[in-house]
Amino acid sequence: MEALINLVYLVAATLFIFGLKGMTHPRTAVRGNWMSASGMLLAVLVTLISQSILSYTWIMAGLVIGAGIGAAMATRVQMTAMPQMVALLNGFGGIASVLVAGAALNEAIYLFTSPSAVTDSVLNRGAAMVVQFGIATAATGLIGAVTFWGSLIAYGKLEGITGDQLRKRFPVLDRFKLPAPPSLPVARAEQADSATATGETAAVQRSTAAIAPLVTRLNHALTTQVYAKGVLLGICVLLGLLLVISPTNIVLYWAIVILASILGWYLVMPIGGADMPVVIALLNSYSGLAAAATGFVLGNSILIITGSLVGASGLILTSIMCKAMNRSLTNVLFGVWVPEGAAASEDEVYGGKIKSSSPEELAMMMDGVRRVVIVPGYGMAVSQAQHAVRDLANLLESRGTEVEFAIHPVAGRMPGHMNVLLAEADIPYDKLKEMDEINPTFDQTDVAIVIGANDVTNPLARTDPQSPIAGMPILDVINARSVIVVKRSLSPGFAGIPNPLFAAENTLMFFADAKKGLLDLINALKEQ
Amino acid sequence: MDPITALTIFVLAIFVGFEIITKVPPTLHTPLMSGSNAISGITLIGALLSAGAELTFFPTLLGFLAVIFATINVVGGFMVTNRMLSMFRRKE
Repeated sequence: MEALINLVYLVAATLFIFGLKGMTHPRTAVRGNWMSASGMLLAVLVTLISQSILSYTWIMAGLVIGAGIGAAMATRVQMTAMPQMVALLNGFGGIASVLVAGAALNEAIYLFTSPSAVTDSVLNRGAAMVVQFGIATAATGLIGAVTFWGSLIAYGKLEGITGDQLRKRFPVLDRFKLPAPPSLPVARAEQADSATATGETAAVQRSTAAIAPLVTRLNHALTTQVYAKGVLLGICVLLGLLLVISPTNIVLYWAIVILASILGWYLVMPIGGADMPVVIALLNSYSGLAAAATGFVLGNSILIITGSLVGASGLILTSIMCKAMNRSLTNVLFGVWVPEGAAASEDEVYGGKIKSSSPEELAMMMDGVRRVVIVPGYGMAVSQAQHAVRDLANLLESRGTEVEFAIHPVAGRMPGHMNVLLAEADIPYDKLKEMDEINPTFDQTDVAIVIGANDVTNPLARTDPQSPIAGMPILDVINARSVIVVKRSLSPGFAGIPNPLFAAENTLMFFADAKKGLLDLINALKEQ
Repeated sequence: MDPITALTIFVLAIFVGFEIITKVPPTLHTPLMSGSNAISGITLIGALLSAGAELTFFPTLLGFLAVIFATINVVGGFMVTNRMLSMFRRKE
């Protein structure tokens, strides 16, 4: 029986591997997803016939409730809200691992201490097993709880839920005022970010001016933050060691879970905006590692295999995202963008050089152009403009213009965010070009249309070694013959610096909400 | 399973993961995350064993909650991935 179950687990693991392999091409990806899903079904079914399962009441109830909630979430979520959805699912995976390891520890202690137990406890199986069990349980509690709370915070940030809103809804929270993680510089960056959405340039300028004398306090705050995280992690590891020494002490496990929860909160709280893709990818990796750790707790091969596949996948995505921002992982998790030199002020960059334009003028400019490249950014997601983008692309193509899309790896709030939105709007995936592929073609491009993107097009990354984004790979939009920037205002992006692209000779600014602006442009083109 | 076997499986599986995932194109990174997230709901297996063992109330309760969370993870993950992937199409 045991052998049969393990054999089926092996089949399931193979299906997972082939399923992930299917993800290497959009043509095979749907089939790949079905293979993974059937692998999961197989693994669940064979587990249900296992002899150690005596009662099905709780199992069935849990499966029905979970499947109902999961299906509802999956069918209702909007494509623009996909980062939130993935964050939440990561978190649920993490908490499930915490609960399973807790239950396993509880069972092991029960079997170990009760003389009448029929089955052998894992704690009776020799020192090596006990050490593995202890380490794995502690690791699951640590990684799982960090994943859960980190993901919940990430979800809240992506949904735009603020502390003030929560306190209004639940006045009780006022009594438990946790000290906010010291995150001055990021607060500024986030302000800039939200200001992009609301168009409050003045407020941002004020906050940018106010930040200058705070640099020393800021350094201090950063050090405290690193210390706090380090101390929390240290205590967790220490408690883990104690758990290995006395595995019957279940209080240790829950203490680890609680401390790791605070750690997860501290880790994600100061991170925001354009750094979100890194955090989501990292939490994805953690949810896999938590599952793998649970596999070590239960001595179950399928959990170890699957968990490490997912862990590896998340790690690769994390490193891709970090590279696309030219930052190290430690820099994202612990540090922030602190301008080293004095960044040029907005007045210096923009003063008198901004050319604002109207839909009619832009429509005239688009007359008879051969090649247009569209550069989408988070602004497109915020204003749900993907369908308007599609209509514009179709209209231009019907007039004989070649249209392609330039996708920066960190555009949006999670890896591949823009691609999914454009796919939703029925734009063929072979028109979406990666940065390295499209960059050399900008000088043969008549018009580049930037829609709600900012930092990823900032030429300072190439020209100014003092800039906070120096060395970050960018889309060379500025090389196009003309550039149209659809944006609500001149407010800075996540990096908090002005973008000389907006003031360039060949750039026309079109101040509008992405969706509304594009619809106006489409109408102007049709009326021509 | 003895610790060394478990560790061997772990390390080899990580290598397999690295090999496959590096070949996934950026255009599919979001479905990759939601899909891999769904399979990380494999913790469900452990949850089922805990919820069905019927030893004492507390581990059963933990197992029950774990089944709920893991099933949301699995079902929600696979369904949303399928929804996303079916939107990707080629130029006709």
